[in-house]
Order: sequence, then C-alpha cells, then structure tokens
Amino acid sequence: MSPATVVTGIGITAPNGLGARHYWDATRTGRSAIAPATRFDPTGYPAQLAGEITDFTAEDHLPGPLLAQTDRVTRLALLAADWALADAGITPSTLDAYAMGVVTASSSGGFEFGQNELRALWSKGSRHVSAYQAFAWFYAVNTGQISIRHGMKGPSGVVVSDQAGGLDALAQARRHIRKGTPLVLSGGLDASLCPWGWVAQLASERLSTSRDPHRAYLPFDAAAHGHVPGEGGALLLLEDADAARDRGAHVYGEIAGYGATFDPAPTSGRPPTLRRAIELALDDARTAPADIDVVFADAAALPELDRIETRALTDVFGAHAVPVTAPKTMIGRLNSGAAPLDVAAALLALRDGLIPPTVNVTPDPSHPIDLVTEARPAALRTALVLARGHGGFNSALVVRAADPGRHDAPADPREGRT
Amino acid sequence: MTRPTFTFDDLKEILREGAGADPETLAETTLDATFGDLGFESLALLETLGRIERQYDLALDDAAFTGATTPRALIALVNEQLNGAAA
Amino acid sequence: MTARRVVITGIGVLAPGGIGTKDFWSLLSEGRTATQAITLFDPAPFRSRVAAQAAFDPEEHGLGPQEVRRMDRAAQFAVVTARQALTDSGLDRSEHPPHRIGVTLGSAVGASMTLDQEYRVVSDGGRLEHVSHAYAPRHLYNAFVPSSFAAETAWAVAAEGPTTVVSTGCTSGIDAVGHAVELIRDGSADVMVAGATDAPISPITLACFDAIKATTPRNDDPAHASRPFDGTRNGFVLGEGAALFVLEELQAARRRGAHIYAEIAGYAQRCNAFHMTGLRPDGAEMATAIDAALAEARTHPSDIDYVSAHGSGTKQNDRHETAALKKSLGDHAYRVPVSSIKSMVGHSLGAIGSIEIAACALAMENHVVPPTANLHTPDPECDLDYVPLTARDWRTDTVLTVGSGFGGFQSAMVLTRPGRNAA
Repeated sequence: MSPATVVTGIGITAPNGLGARHYWDATRTGRSAIAPATRFDPTGYPAQLAGEITDFTAEDHLPGPLLAQTDRVTRLALLAADWALADAGITPSTLDAYAMGVVTASSSGGFEFGQNELRALWSKGSRHVSAYQAFAWFYAVNTGQISIRHGMKGPSGVVVSDQAGGLDALAQARRHIRKGTPLVLSGGLDASLCPWGWVAQLASERLSTSRDPHRAYLPFDAAAHGHVPGEGGALLLLEDADAARDRGAHVYGEIAGYGATFDPAPTSGRPPTLRRAIELALDDARTAPADIDVVFADAAALPELDRIETRALTDVFGAHAVPVTAPKTMIGRLNSGAAPLDVAAALLALRDGLIPPTVNVTPDPSHPIDLVTEARPAALRTALVLARGHGGFNSALVVRAADPGRHDAPADPREGRT
Repeated sequence: MTRPTFTFDDLKEILREGAGADPETLAETTLDATFGDLGFESLALLETLGRIERQYDLALDDAAFTGATTPRALIALVNEQLNGAAA
Repeated sequence: MTARRVVITGIGVLAPGGIGTKDFWSLLSEGRTATQAITLFDPAPFRSRVAAQAAFDPEEHGLGPQEVRRMDRAAQFAVVTARQALTDSGLDRSEHPPHRIGVTLGSAVGASMTLDQEYRVVSDGGRLEHVSHAYAPRHLYNAFVPSSFAAETAWAVAAEGPTTVVSTGCTSGIDAVGHAVELIRDGSADVMVAGATDAPISPITLACFDAIKATTPRNDDPAHASRPFDGTRNGFVLGEGAALFVLEELQAARRRGAHIYAEIAGYAQRCNAFHMTGLRPDGAEMATAIDAALAEARTHPSDIDYVSAHGSGTKQNDRHETAALKKSLGDHAYRVPVSSIKSMVGHSLGAIGSIEIAACALAMENHVVPPTANLHTPDPECDLDYVPLTARDWRTDTVLTVGSGFGGFQSAMVLTRPGRNAA
C-alpha cells in the first residue's frame, strides 16, 4: 500500500493575516480584510472592493536581485515557501536535493509584471521590455523560483485549473510522494490585483459590484451576486507519513483523499459533476459521508453556482447534515490560492476543534445546508475542501487529523512560529 | 550640445534599478572586479545591457558586451560607443 | 497487481509545415524546414524576425466563428488536434463513460497572443495605465486563466474526468503527457486526451526573447535559421503548434483492436534548482531525469535506438544536453542517432515536447529517424551523431525524448514498442 501523505508545515500569505498564526487568529474570530482596493485606483471600475494583503513589504524578506526579477505573486510564494519549510523544521540544504519537489498551482501567473511589460511594449516600444519578462509572468515561475531558492531538484510541477488548481497541485504532490519522493512543497497563490488583472476578472461577469464590504461577497445568501477578488494563498509542506514520523515531525493532518471532475459543456444538457468529485474524494479517503465533520465550500456566490454546490452537498450528505463554512468570505476568492488556504484552515480547525465562520452571510433558507456563520466549537477529525474553477473544473480533497497514536503529535507546539 | 558620458554612478543607478543591486556595495574598488564576482548573473547583465541601450540609444554588439566583464570595461565600452555615435 | 501500462492510440498534430500526421511526417522525413520571415504581424522593430508559423485556417479545420472569437490561437490548435487524435484512435465513445475520460493539456505561455492584442486595445496603445473595461471582450477571462484551453478541449471530446493544464515552461509538452499517464496508471481515468499547445508568435514574446538574446538574429536566411548543434548557431527560432494524443490502458486498447503507436514506458521530471534561464554545463539534472525514465521503463541505456533531443539551437542548451546524454547513456551516446526537429519546426515552447513525442511515435512507425536540418558545421563540443540533413532508415523500437525549460525543468520520456515484451 502507498504511504500516507501528511502535512507538516504551513506557510500562509492571506489578506487577513500574514503567517499562519495571524491568519488563523483573524479567521477563527471572523476578521474580514475586504475593503476598497488600494493597490490601484478602482474608482473607474464597476467593482471596487478587494481582499488585499496590506502588510507585506517584500524588501523585508527578499534580496534585491530577486526583487528585480519577480512579480508580487512570486514574492508572496517565496515567503510562504520559507515559512512552510521553517514551520516543518526542514532545512533543505541538509537534505538530498532530489528528494524534495515543488508543485504549485497558478491561475494567472505574474500578471502585474506582465501588465507592466505590455505597457512598456505598447507605449514605448519592444526594446523597453524587460529581460525578466521571459519568465517573471509565466505560470511556472513560482515552482522554478522556489526550487532554485531552496535547492529542490526532485519531481515537481505546475497546474493551471483556475480555483480548482490549488487542490490539483496538492494531489499531484501526493502522487510524487507515493512514487517515492519523501517531501514536496505544494499549494498555490495568485495576486493579480492590478488594473489589467481587474479588467480581465471583470470580464468574467462574476465580480460583486457592491460598495459595502459587508454585503459584497455573500455565498448561499439570497443576496448573492458575485464575489470579491483577493490575493495570496498558501504553501504546505507535504511528507511521506513514515518519513515524517521517523524525523519526529509535528503532523497537522493527512491528505487522505482527492477527486477531480470536469463539467460537461453548458450546451450538452448533461448534469454538473461536483457530486462525483466529492464521492471520488471520499472513496479515495475510504471515508463515509457520515465521517466528514465539516465542509469548506467553494462558495462562488452566484445563485446558480451556489445551488449546484448545495445540491451536490445535500445529495452526498443529506440536508443540514454536515456543517459547511466559507471563511473566504473574509478575504475574497484567491483563485489558485483559495483552496490551499482552505486546506490550511481545515487543518487548523481540526487542531483547535473550531469551525471558522462564514462572515456577513444570512443563509438563504432555500439552501438546505448547515452554514456556519459564527465560529463553532466542534470535535473535528475529518474535513472536506471543495474548489471549482471557471469553465467547469471541480476538485475535492479530504484531510484527516493526525492520529496521535501513530504520529505522536503534540497538541500545539507551533504556536508563535511563522 | 554636450556629448553624454557614462559614469560609474550612472552604471550603479542602472544596476540598482535593473538588477536590484545595493549601490553601497559598489565602491570604486570594485571597478575591476568581474560582474560574476560582484554577484551579478547573466540575466541581471542582460537587463542592465537593455537599460543602457535604451537610455543612451545605443546598440551594443553581443561580442563587445560579452567581453566587458568588469564595471570599468563596460563603462569604457559604452563611452566608446557614445563617442563613436557622436562622431 | 500489475501496473497499468499506457499506450498512444491516436495522434493529432498541427505543426509549422505540417498539419496532420501525414504532412508533418513528410516534412520531417524529407528534412524540409518551415522557418520563415514572420508574417503574423510586422516584425520590423525586433532583433529576431524569423519564426516557424503554422499555415492554419481555423474554419477550414471545423471551428465555428464563435469558437474562433472566444479561443486564443493556442486553444484553437488544441481543439483541432484533439479532434484529429480522437478520430485517429477510432475510439468508440459509447464504450467509455465521460467521467472516465480526462484531459491534460500542456502550455507554457497560455493565451499570451490574446493578452498582447487585448492589452493593446484596453490600454489604447499603452496610453492608459488604468486600462478600460469597456473595451474588454467577455472572453478575456479565458485568456487571463489558460485552464480555459483544457476546458475547450474537454468540451470538444466530451470528457468529464480529471482535467487540467500543466504549465512547466518548455517541458510542458512532455510533462502533460507524463501527468496523463500517471492518471491512467493510478486508475483516475481509462482514457486521457493529452498533449500540448502554444501560439507564442506575438510582439510581447518576441520582445522578451530579444531582451535575453535567446532567439536567433539570422534574419537574412530564415529557412536555415534554426541550427541546433551547428557551430554557427546563435539562438533558437520561435515556433507554434500543438500535438495531442489519445492515451489508453494497453489491455483495453488491445481488446478493441486499436492501432498502438507506442507505449509510454517511462517518464521523469527534475529541476536544476540553478537558474530561471541558465543551465549547468554538466547536464547533471537532465541526466538524472533520463536515468529515472529509463529505470521506470526497465530499459537499459544501450536499448535506446533514437534520441529526440531538446536541441533548441542555443549554445548553452546544445552543450548541456550533449553532456547529459553522455552521462546517462555512456558510450552508447556516441552510437545512438540524436536529432532535433526544432531545426525544421522551430521551438514552440510548451507545445514542442508533445510535437516531438508525435515525431518519435512516427519514427517508430516508419523505422526512420528524422534529421537535424541545417547541420553543416558541427560544433566541436557537440560530438554525437546528430543525423545531419537527411533522415535515416533505422530500426527504431525504443526511443528517448528529452526537454529542458525556463524555470530549470528537465524532463525525459521513454517510448517503446509494446509487442516487444508482451504482457
């Protein structure tokens, strides 16, 4: 049987908290970061609210030569990688380079870097395009830069499946571990809050145009009308469970199951496939629906997409049968960053026995789900995380609490770290 | 019209902007160190070259650039081209 | 439990100078080149003005006007080659439920062509920093997140299984196929439509490669501009295109009497953890990927009959790769034919890895190895048998293809003839 894959380190850059401790402090207490965009002037656009990371100063964390060649998203990714490794107590330089891999998800790459170079090209001419444009904007840049910074030469990868990609990356990392690479840094981030990224996201017609931060992103609410874009994400240090145990690592939990499907073409008349993704993930985790203690929802906040998610959940679990939460209501939708962050939140929720809240939402009674709108203490052992990408990507991932008998996990030895 | 010249300070400013260099680390004593020893890798130098070409409206040929491995040599090369261009 | 073995049963290819396997193979086996002066836009301001363009008319290949409007050129390539591959495979769709079919699509630069064109419009030629949403088309989101390419492909083949884009720079075309093979092996899918596409011939891409002097300035002789392993080479020639495959489990393919091109017997990917664009001259990480792919395929280095090289035509790559082959194959490196079809079809970034897999499958089919065109003056530091100028009749049962990309990615894949050691 394949070895289990466990999470031993968490690195978070989120709008409501830089570092796992700050993020979790904010998230469990329902502290929102949604506010008018400040990284550019949004007043000319129909949507003006964003989930921005406002306390990140790249110069404090990265050397000048790296700053010159990186987009904001890569700087955040490098910081999240540093923190995930530190949290896990891993010093890559002391390990076999080929025994460490990096798998990240990206939706839009270094989009702001690309914006600036496109502007140079069209306003000043082709000679004004930076040498770093050859890679600073592309989808593989975070995996490449992380592998270089930490000397990680093992099997790696980059996936792009919009918001679902964050879970697809973790699943690919788990495949690498099952094939014999003991350690893989994995997750996803996006950070395209710039005029060009804003216009591209507006084109989806899925952004909330509300001006009220408390009324802008309302999944499963009768007033659902789109989402607020955010930036950031999370990287997790995944390890072969046996290797983690042998080195006495603290284990947050296990990546126990995964499933992915794709919806049929809108014109096909065939039903959506989210339910099957959930069932695949449960089967993979050898978990019955009744064993799932909490669901971290995708929470699109568009009436039709919310209905599809509710339907999938009630088909699998029954009405009001499992607590459902969407802490991303505090920070917006982070594209590839959203799901890894939800996986991190799920692991911290399991640790603390606390379901973080879905803020601002008044549940619409037409959604027969148990939506958690106030932080709720609960005995939690297994969580399901859902993520959907534009166009029909559905991914589901099951995380299970570390078995204290097997992993000797201390209750909370990491408080204060990161 | 004054003929432009390219100084060490000009180079330092370009290295700061294009390669993220700390100008404090570039003292007169580093004029004859190689860019490699000063911690500039190939991309940083290509970016630097591009910026010099744009700011001074030059086209430095590849071979000459490859040969200019120290700040002093690069400054000389740029000035040679500037003088040539003005002549 | 025996591991599920994965084979190629359908090929769709759209390459410069050859759309469809027949024309593509003619180009390669005749050693013709498809590199030319750029005509997709006015290349006058650029240092490198040559590229290998595909003579592609989307409507001629069955795409409707609305599909053309909403899809980037690279997505169009993907959909056309997906349909070709499915037809070629003869797969009876009624025997495979949609949820057992998935899509893995490689692309290095996504919808860079659309992003370039639309940025120009919404910024009013670069004048507006706060670009205008009023001029943005609805399909702009599809360019913003290129997973739309995989979505379009999945719709085209009615797949509802695991679907994603793999984007590992210039190794995407090998890694996407490798990823799909894993999904069939681990039971996530029975059939995968997998391969890669890129359409990078646009001003922004030309400009960034100009800035790092990676592309050739040999503008006066476009037909002979791509010169891998030649002492006079001075950079790669940008290309475009796609190749997609139908991949199936071996026994299922045999049961339905499918034509089997090749088995994908081994695959491995590593990072050089060295530099975003630079390569260590010793080729150590590529060699490690080759060793791992050979081990997975249970193939001895001396069994390799042909190597499809990355052979981009930069001095750095050609030497790096030559060193890697010597490290992995030992003395056999000097005996095995090694060639780069980039000499004929250019370097289509993420797509080329899959286009080269198609070339490998066709080389096995025909027992002919394609040549390295334009190789007249060997670089003394590249001293292997690069099959200069003309194709060679050659018994080709086991093939190695390698790739190397920005970000430090190094990938290798071994294709075998499954009849050789029938299960």
